[in-house]
Amino acid sequence: MGTVTAAAPIEIEKTESAEEVFAVPEPDVPWLTIVHNDPVNLMSYVTYVFQSYFGYSKDKATKLMLDVHHKGRAVVSSGTREEMERDVQAMHGYGLWATLQQDRK
Amino acid sequence: MPGHFEPLPGGGAAVALDDVEISIIRSLAVQLLELIGPGPAEDAPDDPLAELFAEGPSEPPTDPVLRRLFPDAYSDPRQQPATAQEAEERRASSAEFRRFTENDLRARKREDALAMIRSLDALTSAGDGGAVLKLSAEESRQWLGALNDLRLAIGSRLEIGDDDDGDLLYRLPDEDPRKPMVMAYLWLGGLQETLVSTLLT
Repeated sequence: MGTVTAAAPIEIEKTESAEEVFAVPEPDVPWLTIVHNDPVNLMSYVTYVFQSYFGYSKDKATKLMLDVHHKGRAVVSSGTREEMERDVQAMHGYGLWATLQQDRK
Repeated sequence: MPGHFEPLPGGGAAVALDDVEISIIRSLAVQLLELIGPGPAEDAPDDPLAELFAEGPSEPPTDPVLRRLFPDAYSDPRQQPATAQEAEERRASSAEFRRFTENDLRARKREDALAMIRSLDALTSAGDGGAVLKLSAEESRQWLGALNDLRLAIGSRLEIGDDDDGDLLYRLPDEDPRKPMVMAYLWLGGLQETLVSTLLT
């Protein structure tokens, strides 16, 4: 691509840097549902929840449960903000400690 | 087998409970119901829309048990907000989430605890001070939820904050005032563990 030159001088109003500070996150960056470790929930119960709510295989559910247990947290689903709010609400319904956040690029 | 759920042929689960065990579970479930509180339409039972349009609270509960049952949805405990603005965004998002979900969550937990109480009240004595509780597949799901909520509630009261705290409970001396609650907590854990295993088969 060649350099683009303006045909005529254009008055450009200098935008305040505040605009960058308040930049809205990219809409196509997915949101994540994160389940956090807690000492009360049984490992078998957490596995059961991942299988029955998300429909994950026993192997996948067990791996996620072990991540929660050993690493303190695991990303259990990703999608739009609305979908993740639904998942977090469902996790709270089951008594799991879950939060959502936008994925970091 | 006492204290252990076993799968029933065709779905559901069964456990033998004695009178003391029945009254302990019932009493804990009633306490949980009282803590969760009535639904928003309790004051207007004739208005079918009251429940539908009632907004939930936006502030987190002050009671630690309720805070554990209804946690903030946007506050990652491992990642503190980098700026005051981010903290405010998380607070506002958590408040909005709470407004639109907490009533439903409370209703579900209330229904699970009520189902637990109803099935205990429907038990007929086996004559020797005990009874066999038989749950359908749906009742098993509700019991699983209620048992988990009860353990979360007791765990919060006992201030079990990490896995080490949980291990300490096994070594409490008999004279510790927390001992009876710890015994109940561990016993409910056994019930829940065996109930989960009937659902996974």
